[in-house]
Amino acid sequence: MSPRARAWLPLIGPLVLIAVWSLLVQSKAVNPILLPGPGVTLAHLWNATVGGTMGADFLATLSRTAQAFAIATVIGVPLGVALGASESLYRSVEFLVDFFRSTPSSALIPLFMLFFGISDFNKVAISAFAAVLVVMFNSAYGVMNAKRTRIMAASVMGASPWRIFRDVLLWESLSQTFVGLRSGISLALVIVVVAEMFIGSENGLGHRIINAQQVLNVKDMYASILAAGVLGYLLNVGFLLLDKRIVHWSGRA
Amino acid sequence: MSALPVGVNAAPVDATLPPSARAQITIRGLSKRFGDAPLYEGFDLDIPRRAITSIFGPNGCGKSTLINMVAGLIPFDRGEVLFDGKTLRQTTIGYVFQNYRDALFPWRRAIDNIRYPLKLAGRSKPEVERRIEQLVASFQPTFDLNRYPYELSGGQQQLVSIMRALAPEPEVLFLDEPFSALDYEMTLFIRDRLQQVFIETGTTMVLVSHDLDEAVWLADTIVLLTRRPTRVAELMRFEAPRPRDIGTLTDAGFTVAKAHALGVFQREVRKAEGASR
Repeated sequence: MSPRARAWLPLIGPLVLIAVWSLLVQSKAVNPILLPGPGVTLAHLWNATVGGTMGADFLATLSRTAQAFAIATVIGVPLGVALGASESLYRSVEFLVDFFRSTPSSALIPLFMLFFGISDFNKVAISAFAAVLVVMFNSAYGVMNAKRTRIMAASVMGASPWRIFRDVLLWESLSQTFVGLRSGISLALVIVVVAEMFIGSENGLGHRIINAQQVLNVKDMYASILAAGVLGYLLNVGFLLLDKRIVHWSGRA
Repeated sequence: MSALPVGVNAAPVDATLPPSARAQITIRGLSKRFGDAPLYEGFDLDIPRRAITSIFGPNGCGKSTLINMVAGLIPFDRGEVLFDGKTLRQTTIGYVFQNYRDALFPWRRAIDNIRYPLKLAGRSKPEVERRIEQLVASFQPTFDLNRYPYELSGGQQQLVSIMRALAPEPEVLFLDEPFSALDYEMTLFIRDRLQQVFIETGTTMVLVSHDLDEAVWLADTIVLLTRRPTRVAELMRFEAPRPRDIGTLTDAGFTVAKAHALGVFQREVRKAEGASR
C-alpha cells in the first residue's frame, strides 16, 4: 500500500460507523424517536455550538475538569515522588492508595455532597480526589523504577542524595508521571460529567445530556455526547503531544 | 618487554615512601559474601599509580563486583579501601559503565552530560567551559555534542560516558567492561583514545575486561583472579612501550605475555573443576 493510501486509513472506522448508523435509522431497525440520523445530529451539534449554548456547556465542563486536574497534579506529583523515593513510606500507605484507587469514585459522590453540599466546588473536589490517586500512584511508580545505573552514575560523580533526587529521580519518573497525568485527566472528565448529572448543576455537558434525555430531546442528547467525546479526545491527544515534547527521550533511552 | 610475575604485595601502606612510589589504591582484608557463599575473604591488592591495571579472571569470580566495591557502588562486609591513604569520600573518581545507555542522562544533551560532574563539583562557568574545550581537544569527537544521547550510536555514547567520567580530572578512572557492547571498529578507536588520554595525563585507570587481548594490550599490570572465593592468582607486568598500536598485538612480547596469562587462567579454571568433583 502506498503511503498516500495509508494516510486515509484512519478515516475508514468513522465512515463505517456513520454508514451503519444511517442504515439503522433508514431501515427503521431502531425507533427513530430514540435514534436520529447522523446528518441531523451533526447539524444540530454545529447549530448548538455556533448559535446555541453548547459552547458554554463545553467550556463549563472543560473548566471544572481543568481545575480538578490542576489540584490533582499539584498534590499528586510531589506526594507521589516523595512516596516513591522512600520505599518504607510507600509500603506503609500502599494498601490505602490501592484500596481507594480501586473504589469507584462515583460511589463517594453522596459522601462529598454531605461535606460540600451541591456547590460547584463539590464537583471539582470529587473529581480531583479521583484523579489525585492515579497521578500519585504513577509518579511513585516512576521514581521506584528509576534505572539503578543512572542513580549509581550520579552517586559515583559525587551527587548528594538531594541532587540525585532532583537531577535523576524526578526526571526518571517523568515518563511514568505523564502516563498518570493522562489517565488522571480522563478520569477527572468522567467524574465531572457524572457529577454534573447528579449533583445539581446549571451548566456543563453532563447537565445538558441528562436534561435533554428527560425532555426527550434526543438530537441534543446525542450531540452533547459527541461534544463530550470530542473534549475527552482532545485532552488525550493534547497530553500525548505534550508528553512527546517534554519527555522527548521516552522509549528511546 | 617482559612478562614477569611479581607476586602479591600484601604489605601495609608504607608512609615513608614518597607518594609517587606508593600504590594509589590499597585494598586490605576485603570480604564480601552473597548469602552463604563467600566471594572475597580477606582479599588484599595494591593498584599502582599512573598506570593502567586490568582485572581478568574466570566467569563469576567477581571482577565487576571488585571494582564496584572499590568505587563504592556496592557495600562490602569487612576490610578497607584507601586511595593514597584517603577514604573514597575524599577522593575524586570516574566510573564508566558497561551499559552506557543506562548510565547517561537522556534528558540532557551529550555536552550537558559531560558538564554535569563539573557543575556538581561547583566549578565556575568559565572553568567548566575551559575543561570542556580540553576534553574536546583530546578526544576530538566527530559528532555533534549538542545532540541527545539517544541520537548517538553506541560507540559515540560510550565516548561521551568516558568524557563525562574524565571531566572532573579524577584521581582514578574505573572502567567496567566498557567495550563489550561495542562493535570492533569502535572498540579499537576508543581503546586508542583512552591510551592517548593516559599518555597525556597519566590518570590511574582500572579496567575490568573479559577479553584477554584487550586486558593485556591496554595494561601495565594485569591482575589475574582465581575462581571464588576469589584471590589473586598472579600479578603480571606488561611493559611494551606506548603508544601501543595494532602492531603490538603481534609483537613477541605481547604473545608471550598473553600465553602466560592464558596459562594461569586455564590452570585456575581446571583447579576449580577438580575441586568441585
